[in-house]
Amino acid sequence: MASLRLDLSLPRRSFDLELALEVGRETVALVGPSGAGKTSVLRAIAGLARPARGTIACGDEVWFDAERRVHRRPEERSVGFVFQEYALFPHLTVEQNVSFGGGRADGLLRRLRIEHLARVKPSQLSGGERQRVAIARALARSPRVLLLDEPMAALDPHTRGKVRAELHDLLRELGLPAILVTHDFEDAAALADRVGVLVDGHLRQLGAPAELLGSPADPFVAEFAGANVIDGIAESGSEGLTRFHLDGERTVYSADEARGRAVLVVYPWDISLARLAPDDSALNHLEGEIVSLVQVGNRVRVRLPFLTAEITAASAERLALRPGEVVVASFKATQARLLPAG
Amino acid sequence: MRALFVALLAAATALALAFLLLPVAAIFLRVPPGDLLGALGHNVTREALVVSIKTSAIAHAAVLLVGTPAAYFLARRRFPGRGAVLTLIELPLVLPPAVAGIALFAAFGRAGLLGDQLNALGIQIPFTQTAVVLAVIFVESPFYFRGAIAAFEAIDGTLVDAARTLGASPARVFARIALPLAAGGLGAASALALARGLGEFGATLIFAGSLQGVTQTLPLAIYAQFDQDFDTALAISALFIIVGALLLVTLRVYGWLRFASIFRSRVAASTSS
Repeated sequence: MASLRLDLSLPRRSFDLELALEVGRETVALVGPSGAGKTSVLRAIAGLARPARGTIACGDEVWFDAERRVHRRPEERSVGFVFQEYALFPHLTVEQNVSFGGGRADGLLRRLRIEHLARVKPSQLSGGERQRVAIARALARSPRVLLLDEPMAALDPHTRGKVRAELHDLLRELGLPAILVTHDFEDAAALADRVGVLVDGHLRQLGAPAELLGSPADPFVAEFAGANVIDGIAESGSEGLTRFHLDGERTVYSADEARGRAVLVVYPWDISLARLAPDDSALNHLEGEIVSLVQVGNRVRVRLPFLTAEITAASAERLALRPGEVVVASFKATQARLLPAG
Repeated sequence: MRALFVALLAAATALALAFLLLPVAAIFLRVPPGDLLGALGHNVTREALVVSIKTSAIAHAAVLLVGTPAAYFLARRRFPGRGAVLTLIELPLVLPPAVAGIALFAAFGRAGLLGDQLNALGIQIPFTQTAVVLAVIFVESPFYFRGAIAAFEAIDGTLVDAARTLGASPARVFARIALPLAAGGLGAASALALARGLGEFGATLIFAGSLQGVTQTLPLAIYAQFDQDFDTALAISALFIIVGALLLVTLRVYGWLRFASIFRSRVAASTSS
């Protein structure tokens, strides 16, 4: 299986997108805020946009080389592209959509469990069905590379989990170099072997999802991964711990080393909530009034004035939490990571 | 005050409507249906009908054949001077038909710009059916261009991108994606252009003359019959009104169907997900 290699520069309105990446038999997710240039990367690989400099190659096939003036047309590259909103041909049936690029559709329709929709037009499909048609169509020409642009964005929240699991299995099964673009870190972490955080056209960090969560390169990556990111001042404390002052009165302990201005990174799911400060191994107990409670699936995000905690819906019910009530947020010093101020 | 103003608006609308409909109604009130059919059987009418259908068909085929790819090109490509080209294409819309006739003479007449070349080839265009066809093409093509360019521009560019990543050549994208998706708009533009072409009078009269059975189209026949046989003129006019009304109704119904189908698919999409 050939790997995809790219090293390119794409001028954008307010910045130059610079990206070097090698993708083997794996799924790499590019995440970042909208306007970071993620879609442009996919378009450049597919031949729909022309980089200013650099090279794009798949195995021993050079698809683009600015210096040697190589620029293969989109139809001459072997790319399966799942577009944002899927871009299904509205005037063609599911079967005609899938077989548009040539080849027979029935195998793929069966594989993606949409054979019963073969004669249906895209306007009559649900979001999840459309996604499967788009994937089947992208795979119909047996591409060497699969590109997915926000494949989860057009889905309802309640079908998302199931569709994500199916897409995960499919990507593993295909074993193709795949690049997935998303603005949602959770989707990226669930679907990809490696995640790259793209901000203003530059890759801030590239690594396994656990790596990004465990040791984010900078406050932005941490925030994007869903962490609470809080500014403050660090100083050395007793027993090898660092004392971190959030503001005048609040202080937390961290097992990381830092001095001076720094940021505290703590994930919402590492924080537990209680009515009274528990007597346990957690060193950090911060008291605060609940600002809001938002249920997300089977979890509840509880916003306090200085941070957000994520607990199970069952726990939230047991504690009978209401906005305006005072709770204690606890987390261990080892879960309080410190990064240099960004 | 308010009621007075609304009454004023309603009165203006009623006046406009009456003014527009009165002449149309007058034609049908003046000609009993039986006479109408009888007049259509006259030689003059029959010959004019044949000339009109023949020249319109040829002219319209040429407009569709050349205009469709040209409109696609202009809709999809961005090049310096595109704005100027789009404006030039619409010029015949604002020209008086007589000017169009003179312009065609200046280009294709015996002493015109291409006169020497055409003479050398033994081709004479003015006062022939070819002249009628050229005049019709000249006046109707901007109508088609306008609608066709808008129809092609309305196609979602991502669909074209998707087709290309699926290996489709530009020609295949045109045939399988652009043409079917623009079909509605192309059809409407084609109908409007055809109606304009059938009604063409001024440029044809100047450039092709009004020879019965050769260059005398239906509108020219109306003019010719005007002081000879007013009833025949009325009958042909009635024919035009019927064809025009049918055309408008078709476009309306089509537009309504299109809207209904979009509406249906929206509802289906939102309820099935």
